[in-house]
Amino acid sequence: MTLPSPASQPRGKALRLHLALARIWASDQRIRGWFTSSNNNDIGSLFLIVATSFFVIGGILAMLIRAQLATPDSAFMEPQVYNQIFTMHGTVMMFLFAIPFFEAMSMLLLPGMLGTRDMAFPRLGAYGLWVYIFGGSAVIIAMLMGLAPDGGWFMYPPLSSAAFSPGIGADVWLLGITSIEVSAIATAIEVIVTVLRYRAAGMSLSRMPIFAWYILVVSVMILTAFPPMILGSLLLEVERALNWPFFQVENGGDPLLWQHLFWLFGHPEVYIIFLPAAGMIATILPVMARTNLLGYGWVVAAAVSLAVLSFGLWVHHMFTTGIPHMGLAFFSAASTLVAVPTSVMIFSWIGTLWKGRARMGLPMLWIMGFFATFVIGGLTGVMLAVVPFNWQVHDTHFVVAHLHYVLIGGYVFPMIAAIYYFMPLLTGRTRFFKLGEVAFWLVVPSFHITFLSVHMAGLLGQRRRTWTYDADQGWTALNLVASIASFVMAIGFALTILDVAVNAFVAVRGRRNPWGAGTLEWAGAIPSPAYGFASIPIVQGRYPLHDDPDLALHIARGEGYLGDASRIRRETLIVSTARGEPLQVVVLPGNSVLPFLLAVVTSTSFLAPLFDAYIVAGLALVAVVALALVWAWGLGGRVDEGHVDAGHGAMLPLASECRDPPGWWGSVFLLLADGVHFGSLLFGYAFLWTVAPNWPPHSYLQPQLWAVIVALTGALALTAGPRLAVRAIAKGGTAWPAITLGIVGSLALAIAAASVMLDRPGPARHAYDATLWLLAGHVGLHTILSAIMLCYLAARVAAGYASPARIGEAGIVKLWADFTVATGLVALAAAWLPGAFA
Amino acid sequence: MLTCALAIFFFVMALIFAALYRPPNPSVCGRNESGTRVWIWGLGVGFPLVTLAALTAYGLFIGERLLPREAPDLVTVQAQARQWAWTFRYGEDRAIATDGVLHIPAGRPVNVEITSTDVIHSFWVPRLAGKLDAIPGHVNVLRIEAALPGTYGGQSAEFSGRGYREHVFTVEAHDAASWATFLAEGTQ
Repeated sequence: MTLPSPASQPRGKALRLHLALARIWASDQRIRGWFTSSNNNDIGSLFLIVATSFFVIGGILAMLIRAQLATPDSAFMEPQVYNQIFTMHGTVMMFLFAIPFFEAMSMLLLPGMLGTRDMAFPRLGAYGLWVYIFGGSAVIIAMLMGLAPDGGWFMYPPLSSAAFSPGIGADVWLLGITSIEVSAIATAIEVIVTVLRYRAAGMSLSRMPIFAWYILVVSVMILTAFPPMILGSLLLEVERALNWPFFQVENGGDPLLWQHLFWLFGHPEVYIIFLPAAGMIATILPVMARTNLLGYGWVVAAAVSLAVLSFGLWVHHMFTTGIPHMGLAFFSAASTLVAVPTSVMIFSWIGTLWKGRARMGLPMLWIMGFFATFVIGGLTGVMLAVVPFNWQVHDTHFVVAHLHYVLIGGYVFPMIAAIYYFMPLLTGRTRFFKLGEVAFWLVVPSFHITFLSVHMAGLLGQRRRTWTYDADQGWTALNLVASIASFVMAIGFALTILDVAVNAFVAVRGRRNPWGAGTLEWAGAIPSPAYGFASIPIVQGRYPLHDDPDLALHIARGEGYLGDASRIRRETLIVSTARGEPLQVVVLPGNSVLPFLLAVVTSTSFLAPLFDAYIVAGLALVAVVALALVWAWGLGGRVDEGHVDAGHGAMLPLASECRDPPGWWGSVFLLLADGVHFGSLLFGYAFLWTVAPNWPPHSYLQPQLWAVIVALTGALALTAGPRLAVRAIAKGGTAWPAITLGIVGSLALAIAAASVMLDRPGPARHAYDATLWLLAGHVGLHTILSAIMLCYLAARVAAGYASPARIGEAGIVKLWADFTVATGLVALAAAWLPGAFA
Repeated sequence: MLTCALAIFFFVMALIFAALYRPPNPSVCGRNESGTRVWIWGLGVGFPLVTLAALTAYGLFIGERLLPREAPDLVTVQAQARQWAWTFRYGEDRAIATDGVLHIPAGRPVNVEITSTDVIHSFWVPRLAGKLDAIPGHVNVLRIEAALPGTYGGQSAEFSGRGYREHVFTVEAHDAASWATFLAEGTQ
């Protein structure tokens, strides 16, 4: 960028800008600030601390498991207790630690890497955090009360059904996990919109830091992998609570449906956990090797293809369920194929090491630990993809050891590297106490001793999830060694956490960019202030700090975009998705207690059914809708501001006066997840129809002509209404007749859906009826949502929040209405067609 | 498989150590264009494709031999799992039943029709074959064959709740004569 020489700038400009921005972006410094802040630094830190706490809890559970298995015929725990402990260990580590931890890291780091000031939806981030805290705490509290689930972390029915798991343990799991999935989806949408729209000027997609690519891929995966799991949880919870027989064979259900839905989520989940760690390695390793990443484009391509392939592999967790031989061959080949993109990444990193001059240091040490561990985990993974071998070691400790190699080696080690690497940025301090090296040499060797022994025990036939073993089974020595080493490893992890905590609070202040990195997160002040950048940087390459060593100074002086705090509000830049040209100025919302309150009522609606408090749950749902409307009402404005000065002579429109505000983008991706959820429901319907025993049902639903006509008319009205409304608002005309048309249309569709339920009153009779109710329920829920949105739109128009420029909200409502019509018609067709042609 | 895996592991580790401790002059592999060719195409794509193709073919070949194919002297038995016991049935009309012990003839292929009456279990006799799940509403067929008469340990291999560890059974492989006796006694 062409900038005036630093000498011509008045001194103190940077300081004045800093003070002005700090005031605008500051969160409440009192205690209540923790509940009202939506700043990515605050949310990310809290997220990180909570996720680490869950890691400690999961670690303690692991120690209990190893204590139990240390000696044969152990009397330490009864099987009932042991079953709860290992179920909770898996659940806590997978759902409460691994996913939230990288979400925390991306909230802390993404805005800096992308050169923007905050995440796209700060309040949504806060909401996701609180839902996670409430859901996670509920699961832990239930465990402390002895009410934990005990069916293994993948909860196969019928073992997890009401008949074989009475009590609320399984419900705690299902509802707790669902609330955490809601939080993950909220965060994923936030990350995607941030990466696609909120970047530095000139940062085209090909100039993005590699971590942004990885986290973008991961977030899209979350939106496509979590919905099948959410559907599975919904089916199981409904079966447990209302006896709708989705997994009961005698009434047309099939327990295998759960396994498909679970692993449709579960396998991508493994890569959802691995890819952020890989993104960290691809970020850190080149800097530590004093060079740039080798084959940037290839690594991006590998990450994308890994994501795509991971959705074709779920069946390899089900090789022993009696899959036809051709299916086995296909999924076996696909499972081995996934090693190719992984190996592209690994060799790109090793090639990067060859290209540069590596320096050791604690982050690099942990990355070496990653290589030594993950490569073994990958190789045993390839072994597991070979069906005959899989048939022997499935459900033994070999699998347990494999997954710990992959998850600890492939996720925990790189994340520790990332913590140490980014510590100067996050805390502003340089590591002073050198406990970390000791901890590393405690963790990595003892990790290998532990899990090599566990591998061996598995090969010798020790089954996972057995609460003890006999002395004459020949596993005594292996298990004792594994247990002792695992305790050493636990001490090592504890020292690591201690080292990070001590250095974060009391170490010496460090200088900016200690590693000599080239990416933007190191161009701001350290520790990162609430506003991130004093002005939005202008970049011309992948490594802007290498291109312009004085970049930090220019940014601090306000010489990028929006380097002027005179409008006294939280502004940042929106750029075009592909090329990164400045497009809009967006005003981010300030501190608010709304996300916290909304999380409280959301969690209440999830958790109240545990205690059969269905009325409370219903009231909480009403409160969710009400608060969401209050939240949305507070955004936007009543007058057109026109274009505002963004600096560098650019006059840009406000995002709220554009046709595609961030909320529109967020809706697109939320509807993607919703669509996948609906697709999973159709998959379940087709699966039960073709695979489950006791099908077809005794009789089919007969479509009634009036209902079909009402549905088609309603669909037409709901399609036309929002369109006409958008057109009317764009022309400054009267919108309420068109909005009314839309509302009538959504009500008509709802009536058609209700007719399905009325015609088959008895969803508990057969899985067919239960599925029809769910299809109709999908239509009903979305028509109600559409109607609420349309009413809200009418109120906004009446209150003066809409204008030919401020038309974004109407566009969002149109998007939701279109989705309702499309999935509604498909759902009703799926319900009616079999009966029409039978 | 283990040998190959170890070889690959040490190869990768050697590459990393060589990268860390080699003399500081930039080598041929260091430049970007040739680096991409060597690291991404050669090692990243080519290397796993070749090894994996071989491994998958090998796995499919072995898997093919495990298929329950037609055989003239085939015996079919039924294995029914429940929490936490196994019932085995024999004969044309499944008239003979034993609990906890599966009787089979040695030296003859046996198809085990596996199912469950409650939750999911898994039939596993490590020395005779891999495991196959017992799923309510489904019947999975596993081919086993005991080369010699004798007793083989079997166990369930899918977590099934409190009694999972004790959910075991034995397989009794008979020679031709005692197999005939077993069938004759059972029919009486």
